[in-house]
Amino acid sequence: MLHVAVATRAFRRYSTYRAATLAGIFTNSVFGIIYSYAYLALWKANPTAGGYDAQDAVTYVWLGQALLMTIALWGGGTTDDLAERVRTGDVAIDLYRPVGLVGWYLASDLGRAAYHLLTRGVGPTVIGFVVFDISLPSSPLTALAFAISLVLAVVVSFAIRFLVACTSFWLLDQSGVKVMSGAFAIFFSGMMLPLVLFPGWLGTLAQALPWASYVQVPADVWLGKHTGSDLVAALGFQVVWAVVLLAACQGVLRLATRKVVVQGG
Amino acid sequence: MAESGPALHLRSYLQIAWLWIRAAWQYPTSFVLLAVGNGLITALDFVGLWIMFAHLDDLAGFTLPEVALLYGSASLALAVADTAIGSVERIGAYIRTGRLDQMMTKPVPLLVQVCADQFTLRRLGRLTQAAIVFGWACTYVDWTPSRVVVALWMLVSGGLVFFGLFVGFSCVQFWTTDATEFANAFTYGGATVTQYPLTIFPREVLVGLTFVIPVAFVNWYPCLYLLGRSDPTGMPEAFQFASPVAGVLTMAAALLVWRSGVRHYTSTGS
Repeated sequence: MLHVAVATRAFRRYSTYRAATLAGIFTNSVFGIIYSYAYLALWKANPTAGGYDAQDAVTYVWLGQALLMTIALWGGGTTDDLAERVRTGDVAIDLYRPVGLVGWYLASDLGRAAYHLLTRGVGPTVIGFVVFDISLPSSPLTALAFAISLVLAVVVSFAIRFLVACTSFWLLDQSGVKVMSGAFAIFFSGMMLPLVLFPGWLGTLAQALPWASYVQVPADVWLGKHTGSDLVAALGFQVVWAVVLLAACQGVLRLATRKVVVQGG
Repeated sequence: MAESGPALHLRSYLQIAWLWIRAAWQYPTSFVLLAVGNGLITALDFVGLWIMFAHLDDLAGFTLPEVALLYGSASLALAVADTAIGSVERIGAYIRTGRLDQMMTKPVPLLVQVCADQFTLRRLGRLTQAAIVFGWACTYVDWTPSRVVVALWMLVSGGLVFFGLFVGFSCVQFWTTDATEFANAFTYGGATVTQYPLTIFPREVLVGLTFVIPVAFVNWYPCLYLLGRSDPTGMPEAFQFASPVAGVLTMAAALLVWRSGVRHYTSTGS
């Protein structure tokens, strides 16, 4: 129940910035329009590139814009609070609370993601649907699978951002690592270009890294590219990375805690 | 008095910028990672374009070196403006926290202070990458003296256009303090849209990018001249030489907006 309360309050906290939300939806939509025309030009020249057709490609663009903030692709979200608390030493207070740090911040980040999904996610999707006629999930099952995939995407992204924030235990400032991690996230999530277009070994590598859970997997689920056991495998891929990375978060936190005690906070 | 006007402002600007560089250096690991990370973001961005071309012979009739010329020049113009004055987009935060009031009491023009504040060398990553891409694309251009002149003023004018967009659209925050992202649609959006041949967009978009948000002058029109191509959209040929006009006009408009923003400004009072 505690975690639900944390998530609800995180949702409310983010919902106070209305003008920022509107400005963000506007900006996502502008980028959505730019990339849509770029992809339309690409798929006009090569109508089957990456196994997508033009409508798939444009749908992919708008899903990417919708997911950008929901999964906090650039980093940030509630893990920024953690990094700041590590820098100021306030994390010492968090550590003696009778609740796990990972669970607390995960709940908070899910609350944030829910808000961003309902605003920054739905906004661009509606505009993409109206202006570019993007495709919708073909069946309720696909929609359900997409919802699951989306939650897993947020969890995987949270775990990576949590690990990045934890580097401030050692570096005192996460901003450098955060930018590096953001650079990889943009490229390997399929945000910049669908991973299905990546050639040869680069494609194989990109599809195996955790960032593929951010955009490529949820988008393929939405587009109905995975069916039957293939769908289970796609979601399983996300589950495996979520579990591995959350375990890593716990491990790193245990190491870091020792460090905090040595420092005296 | 040895210095006055612009020279003095530039000196103040450089002093404040140097202060922030030294401040950032207090976290050396982060400093290096930030610079490398930003270079990486932009480098991977170009890899993306290159991967696109693995599936294409040409994009709307433009080859990879030609698109690289568009990409490099737009990216270079943005990088120059962003490095020099990118901090202006944080003005909403200064208004919220009351820092703008403090700045107003200091004997340096407000715009200089806001632009130099939190100056960061990490943006050098983008600058380097853009310069490399542009340099590579330049080896495919058939240079003549007049093309060299057009190329040089294209870069300067492009910087001015982005300077104007950064300052002008950041001023929206004088009215709504938390709408930072709104400006991104025009600054980073402008840089993204000009990475592609503008022929991939409907004509209305091209008209908008010519007369409303004049980013087409950042690279599209002058690059047509550098590449010796006739305008596929049939716009007047004079546009290919009009970049400086667009740069100066955008900048002048932005400074006017800035003045009215500062006049409109009333402190948050907290």
